[in-house]
Amino acid sequence: MSVIRLESVSKTYSRRAPRQFLRSYLFSWLRPVPHERYYALKAVSLDLREGDCLGVLGPNGAGKSTLLSLVAGLSWPDAGKIDVHGQVAALLELGSGFHPDLTGAENVFLNAALLGFTRRRTLEKFDEIVDFSGMRDFVYEPLRTYSAGMMLRLAFSVAMAVEPDILLIDEVLAVGDQAFQAKCIGKILALKRAGRVLICASHDMDALRQLSTRAIWLDHGVVLREGPAGEVIDAYAATLSGNSA
Amino acid sequence: MVRSGLGPEHHGFFFAMRYRNYGFLLGNLVLRDFRIRYRNMSLGVFWSLLNPLVMMAVLTFVFTKIFPNPSIRNFSAFVLCGIVPFNFFSVAWVSGTLCIYSNSRLVKKVVLPREIVPVSTALANCIHLLIQIALLLTVVLWVGNKVNGYWLLLPVIFGLEVVFVCGLSMITAALDVYFRDTRYVVESANTVLFWLVPIFYPLDIIPTRYHAIYQYNPIAAVVLACRNILLDASAPPPTLLYKLFFVSVLSFVVGWLVFRRLKRGFADYL
Repeated sequence: MSVIRLESVSKTYSRRAPRQFLRSYLFSWLRPVPHERYYALKAVSLDLREGDCLGVLGPNGAGKSTLLSLVAGLSWPDAGKIDVHGQVAALLELGSGFHPDLTGAENVFLNAALLGFTRRRTLEKFDEIVDFSGMRDFVYEPLRTYSAGMMLRLAFSVAMAVEPDILLIDEVLAVGDQAFQAKCIGKILALKRAGRVLICASHDMDALRQLSTRAIWLDHGVVLREGPAGEVIDAYAATLSGNSA
Repeated sequence: MVRSGLGPEHHGFFFAMRYRNYGFLLGNLVLRDFRIRYRNMSLGVFWSLLNPLVMMAVLTFVFTKIFPNPSIRNFSAFVLCGIVPFNFFSVAWVSGTLCIYSNSRLVKKVVLPREIVPVSTALANCIHLLIQIALLLTVVLWVGNKVNGYWLLLPVIFGLEVVFVCGLSMITAALDVYFRDTRYVVESANTVLFWLVPIFYPLDIIPTRYHAIYQYNPIAAVVLACRNILLDASAPPPTLLYKLFFVSVLSFVVGWLVFRRLKRGFADYL
């Protein structure tokens, strides 16, 4: 059964800065000027089944983050159809639910709640989360004293404890050190074996090669290539080395 | 969870509630606001008491020494009945208006029904309100009033005020995403309301033809009902309560619908 299904989904943004003056709103009601719009994503179709892991490749501004936020349901497509079956956990930005003045432990609770935990489950999982992050010594310190890497460890550990049906990751893995990255990849592979679906946008080809079963290469909102992970990643990597040569 | 069609987000708040229990999240968001507000403050919760007490002292000075009104006994208790509901309203409305903008990272990057943000902001301010109500009751008893059965109406009356503020905040919070000047409109409206809510004057001195309009303002209605209950030990007039109920619920329903309509664009405009 397909868990995530996108049918020719498009997302456009207005090319002009959004008008925020009342005067221009009034004028545009009186004399509507068609906005020039550009496509952040153009007619993207996807079909992901249980155990699929999709790597999303492409240069900056290709539409990778837009794709993830559409699947997460955070923004709305302008055309097309999106079906998502299951609980979504999204790591789209490093520590987006974190507050610097709260302690690590308080942030774990807040983020567990944001990711859909109940109170009981958070209490059960708390030690596991802290151990996975390796932040035991700092967990009662305010988050503002943490480094970016430490924050990532905590954020990622909470997200991994959710064991969501669908996990969306947007280029946040890169902050962790080698050992932690390896640990995360191990955990994600375990999720994959359990039949969960993963979408991972990254510039880290090696990580994507390890994780993905399929891949999609986006450029200016258009799918340039889609298929088995190895093929697509090789093709994309080839253009990169071609450019630098 | 199945999301389909052109509108993927969450089909709506109640759909989301059925799918997963948001009580723990709501509690954590309220706790977060509360902790952030009082952490790193040497006086902590006392700030909630200090502000109304200072206002009470200043207004009591002005309206007993400069413009005395002999018809009001115990001006300090009288004016505090006005300050507490108004203070809560203005603080909750301003923070409610800013809530989407100031939680933009949550709204843009975390999967959650967006309604929970204004609702939790309003509830976080309720902790503030409870402290101030405790202060109000203490002062009312201090100046010689007695507990009476109508006190049981107080939770309903203040509850309706919270509902009203919540609805109003949903409208202004959603608008503030698209027009950042909404916050200044709200601040100015608060200044105007300070004079239009009977905080330091009684309803009697207002010409009767304006009474009906006054009562349609839920904040004025809460103030008047508080004075009936706490100072006169009498039941507030039923028409006053009906109007309070009607306007509060209407504001919440309209706020909910406006918010639901406008939340689709939040991620694109923040």
